[in-house]
Amino acid sequence: MFKFSQLKAVKAVAGAAAVVAAGLFGAAAPAQAQISGDTIKIGLITDMSGLYADIDGPAGVEAMKMAAAQMGGAINGKKVEILSADHQNKADIAASKAREWFDTQGVDMLIGGSNSATNLAMAKVAAEKKKLFIAVGGATSALTNDQCSPYTVHWAYDTVALAKGTGNAVVKAGGKSWYFLQADYAFGQALQSDTAKVVQAAGGTIAGTVKHPLAASDFSSFLLQAQGSKAQILGLANAGGDTINAIKAANEFGVTKTMKLAGLLIFINDIHSLGLKTTQGMYLTDSWYWNRDAETRAWSRQFFEKIKRMPSSIQAADYSATLQYLMAVKATGSDDTDKVLAHLRNTKINDMFAKGGYIRPDGRMVHDMYLMQVKSPDKSTEPWDYYNVVQVIKGEDAFTTKAESKCALWK
Amino acid sequence: MEIFGIPLQAFLGQLLLGLVNGSFYAMLSLGLAVIFGLLGIVNFAHGALYMMGAYVAWLGLEKFGLNFWLALVAAPIIVGAVGVVVERTLLKHLYKIDHIYGLLLTFGLALIAEGIFRDQFGVSGQQYSVPESLQGATNLGFMVLPNYRGFVVVASLVICLGTWWVIERTRLGAYLRAGTENPALVQAFGINVPMMVMLTYGAGAGLAAMAGVLAAPVIQITPLMGSNLIIIVFAVVVIGGMGSIMGSILTGLALGLVEGLTKVFYPEASSIVVFVIMAIVLMIRPAGLFGKEK
Repeated sequence: MFKFSQLKAVKAVAGAAAVVAAGLFGAAAPAQAQISGDTIKIGLITDMSGLYADIDGPAGVEAMKMAAAQMGGAINGKKVEILSADHQNKADIAASKAREWFDTQGVDMLIGGSNSATNLAMAKVAAEKKKLFIAVGGATSALTNDQCSPYTVHWAYDTVALAKGTGNAVVKAGGKSWYFLQADYAFGQALQSDTAKVVQAAGGTIAGTVKHPLAASDFSSFLLQAQGSKAQILGLANAGGDTINAIKAANEFGVTKTMKLAGLLIFINDIHSLGLKTTQGMYLTDSWYWNRDAETRAWSRQFFEKIKRMPSSIQAADYSATLQYLMAVKATGSDDTDKVLAHLRNTKINDMFAKGGYIRPDGRMVHDMYLMQVKSPDKSTEPWDYYNVVQVIKGEDAFTTKAESKCALWK
Repeated sequence: MEIFGIPLQAFLGQLLLGLVNGSFYAMLSLGLAVIFGLLGIVNFAHGALYMMGAYVAWLGLEKFGLNFWLALVAAPIIVGAVGVVVERTLLKHLYKIDHIYGLLLTFGLALIAEGIFRDQFGVSGQQYSVPESLQGATNLGFMVLPNYRGFVVVASLVICLGTWWVIERTRLGAYLRAGTENPALVQAFGINVPMMVMLTYGAGAGLAAMAGVLAAPVIQITPLMGSNLIIIVFAVVVIGGMGSIMGSILTGLALGLVEGLTKVFYPEASSIVVFVIMAIVLMIRPAGLFGKEK
């Protein structure tokens, strides 16, 4: 209920703003004329079929459609259209699809789904075409740091926020010595080094790191090496199926008896597929949790009706990014990238995903992050009721600070 | 005591784990070798059949309360039956033409099967717990080995050697080998060769499914579990020699060991070590270690 009244308020304000703007500048052209191609086209390029398809994928498209439907499916009489494509976790496919969409399909805004490498590639294309790119599923903090762009906005989370959230919490809870299990590619490297910095800054030590190939089928050997290190904490700097298989093997080999696991990038789908018995007590950081308050629950139940799964943080962020973009289009009466971006940068972001969020000059959408702990099976009251929110991490503390940033746009 | 700077205990532990993985390689490459040896089909659907075996076990438990031991019997029969249908309707048209057609067809079938399972069950995967009687772990002195992993090694050795025995040492096996050598002549002796070939493909599919059931409790059951493994298994078959049954068993186990050791000395290379060996073997012995030059 809250959501609808809030939306009405926003609509009213937006409408008023448009009227005022029209009056002030005496805009000759009516608002409608400023929608290119007479449709507002939003695209999502993500992993539709591979190992990250459950955390975003077709359900992410559905979340975007929910946002479009909430805006009535059209802005000022111009239809909203949602496109989607599968990048198969390949950066070159993502980049060429993005180029095709901007050049021939007239896509106005592109959302980057899961996989960091594809997001970095799409961000470059968007910058070249001067179109808005909202990175949602990609985790790498490089998107708003050394590879920042005036046309990239990073919406949900990043490796720095994950590292700060989980790293600090675990060290504070007494986990001083760490051993890392790291996926051997750019993302694993970033997550491991970001976390190691946080752990050391908090007074912890790093006992060692073992790198494993992406999509490894067996983790027992790596886990035995980790166990041999006598560290207290096993940091999992990997994602998806790799994390799941590592946790499974850690239980089987009794690693969990001597070490505590810290999952550095865990989605609710991973917990669902592993079960609470295996994962209970684990700390994790995420940008959103469906069962946090009445508003998130209400939206998630709608989502569940369609998908038969609860939404991941990424799917919620897909919705939020689409909704905020459409509200900006409505407010400015235009789908011109610079106008919409200027409006977004000057507006507080308030919806069921973020409260009081704002976009920093480096493109980071700053909002609260959540440190959570996995419930034990007897504390879980319904399916998908998996987390206790242990701590709300303020956006200012969660993401890269100005001192740490190498982004030229934020100096 | 240390070997190459690694404590002996850790070294032995890693060898044993390598043997566990080698068991899976052996079981899967065995099925491939049987199918290639007797049908001349490069069965790219093998990974998908393995995945289906794991899903049958999981579905059996979730929907029908079928326990692990029954699944170990039921999955090979069900997946084997699927194999028989595929052989009768599709593969049998391909025996007389180039191997590449069989490869393409089975690859396509694998993609379709993966797609269907992905659509039905998602990619995050399902959990399957270790059967009651095999839970827990045994302390071997140098490492704690989960009982189930020990069981996998024993079970796979029994399955592999059993298959080898049937093909190399029994009358049925002799018919099979003769049938592939000269089908017309064997047919003339009153043996139903097409039926034999059909059952061979079914049995190969069943072997893959059995490996899938054995894998279900140790790894996440996902539609992609087969495609992650199948490339390595093909490398194993190439190294062992296409069509050599004992070759594929021994190579599977040996490569599991080599891979296990690589994970200790240079973990980053563990995913490619098998292919490096494959390249070397192909340079020195193009027919594979146990293959016969034709």
